[in-house]
Amino acid sequence: MKELVVLSGKGGTGKTSIVGSLAALAHKKVLADCDVDAADLHLLLSPSERQRHEFWSGQVAYVDADKCNECGLCQELCRFKAIKDFRVDPVSCEGCGFCSQVCPTEAISMQENMAGYWYISDTRYGPLVHARLGIAQENSGKLVALVRQQARRIAQDGDFDYIISDGPPGIGCPVISSLSGANLALLVTEPSLSGMHDLDRVLGVCRHFGVPASVCINKYDLNEENTRQIESQCLSQGIELVGRVPFDNVVTESIVQGVPVVEYSDGSVTREIQAIWRRLSVMLANGRSE
Amino acid sequence: MIVSVASGKGGTGKTLVATSLALSLSGDHKVQLLDCDVEEPNDHVFLRPEISGSEAVSMLVPRVDEARCTYCGKCAQVCAYNAIAVLGKHVLTFSELCHGCGACSYLCPEQAITEESRQIGVVEWGHSGSLGFVQGKLAVGEAMAPPVIRKVKGYGEKDGVVIIDVPPGTSCPVVEAVKGSHLCLLVTEPTPFGLNDLALAVETVRELDIPCAIVLNRAGVGDSKVEQYCGEQNIPILLTIPLDTEIARLYSRGVTLVEGMPLWKPRFLQLLAGIMDIVDEGTRSTKR
Repeated sequence: MKELVVLSGKGGTGKTSIVGSLAALAHKKVLADCDVDAADLHLLLSPSERQRHEFWSGQVAYVDADKCNECGLCQELCRFKAIKDFRVDPVSCEGCGFCSQVCPTEAISMQENMAGYWYISDTRYGPLVHARLGIAQENSGKLVALVRQQARRIAQDGDFDYIISDGPPGIGCPVISSLSGANLALLVTEPSLSGMHDLDRVLGVCRHFGVPASVCINKYDLNEENTRQIESQCLSQGIELVGRVPFDNVVTESIVQGVPVVEYSDGSVTREIQAIWRRLSVMLANGRSE
Repeated sequence: MIVSVASGKGGTGKTLVATSLALSLSGDHKVQLLDCDVEEPNDHVFLRPEISGSEAVSMLVPRVDEARCTYCGKCAQVCAYNAIAVLGKHVLTFSELCHGCGACSYLCPEQAITEESRQIGVVEWGHSGSLGFVQGKLAVGEAMAPPVIRKVKGYGEKDGVVIIDVPPGTSCPVVEAVKGSHLCLLVTEPTPFGLNDLALAVETVRELDIPCAIVLNRAGVGDSKVEQYCGEQNIPILLTIPLDTEIARLYSRGVTLVEGMPLWKPRFLQLLAGIMDIVDEGTRSTKR
């Protein structure tokens, strides 16, 4: 079983559209949406929910006003400035519990925090593990780890060949959590200076965690000079360029219809994504196995 | 006045709006742009600022003096993040899991734990013409963006207009960046992805009790459900930017919209006027 994670650094380069299409092209796969705080993959795969689980994570401090003698020690020690006027701001609280440990009147308790949901759903392409982090919640990295763990369990139990994960933008905690230990990363970029700058940083994260990376240039014809520059950089760094997808409004049209673009159109976008999947499956077959 | 520019979904045009709004105002107002998208900061690509100073962003992580340690295990017991463990006669620290709360060193009965700083990023400041500029950069391989964002915001001016470019998503880095704004502009696109993530972003700013308004980018693609949603939710659309490959090409070359197409400048000034109306209205209703 091989795990492919799709990342980009910069948001909005087309990760989810590509993953939706790979879902339609790959055989025997489990799908995972690791973009837990702005998940969109379900909008292409029309899942029917099979299981829903609560995600309990971390704690939030609570001050019992009846016990509090307003000594102010908690406010002085809290590094997150989460206690003001002897009340906790749950959004700023990072759940470290330092305040409750030091409170001389034992007025502060730590309460469990329901931070979202995760789901196992059926789609016509195979099982999908996805999640919804609660509004303004922390621990997205932990929820991503949980989504991947469940996807692996399903893949192992059901003898699946692939896990294909839609990753979050950026390079921080949820990206690291999506990436570590995967077999291959597909980095979807676009030929804009900001896309190129962000690609560089996410390539750095792949190197840091020892995950082989491949690159796909989306909307390549928006700036062919930048596209050539990305291609030569990939070449000089020994990173496999698996394809370039032209800009075409059929991608947006397919999103509006709620289907992967490879099932909506048989034009050049679809042919290119098919070629990308052929190259990725060869890379996955040649790489290390679980 | 602090205006944050957020979106939920990535790639909808936050950076385009933040840089063009900041540049449009910078002739007549005192303006500062804070790039709080510290995982992937891009404003500098468009503004090419002169950087005049920088400061490392560090977190305090524990350092155990084993000569003093009695391996009582108190530190591991109080750590909510499993960042310190006592195994027999060894203490292990995992600094990448540490949130720097300071509980272990404060509560160690032997005073065997001191805190040392570990660099996780950098803050840089300077200017682009008359526009003040600050950006944060999370170091590659580091997980925790919020401390870098806090540091960037610490350099925000107390007067004038401060514009904050917010990272995508709705979780802790977004909350950290948006907190304290007088208004949050949500940049979206008229597609099901744009709408889904916009609704999440609206819930987030409402949770923080911050008024919001919409910039609709790439208008003309997709469908009309975003406009419908904004009408139902009574959220004003203050600026509409059409789908235009010329705008996309300018963006790809790192040229801001108001520099590449100066006819946009008055529209961004109008956007500011719309923002100020909402902020003033809010101030009046609070005072009433």
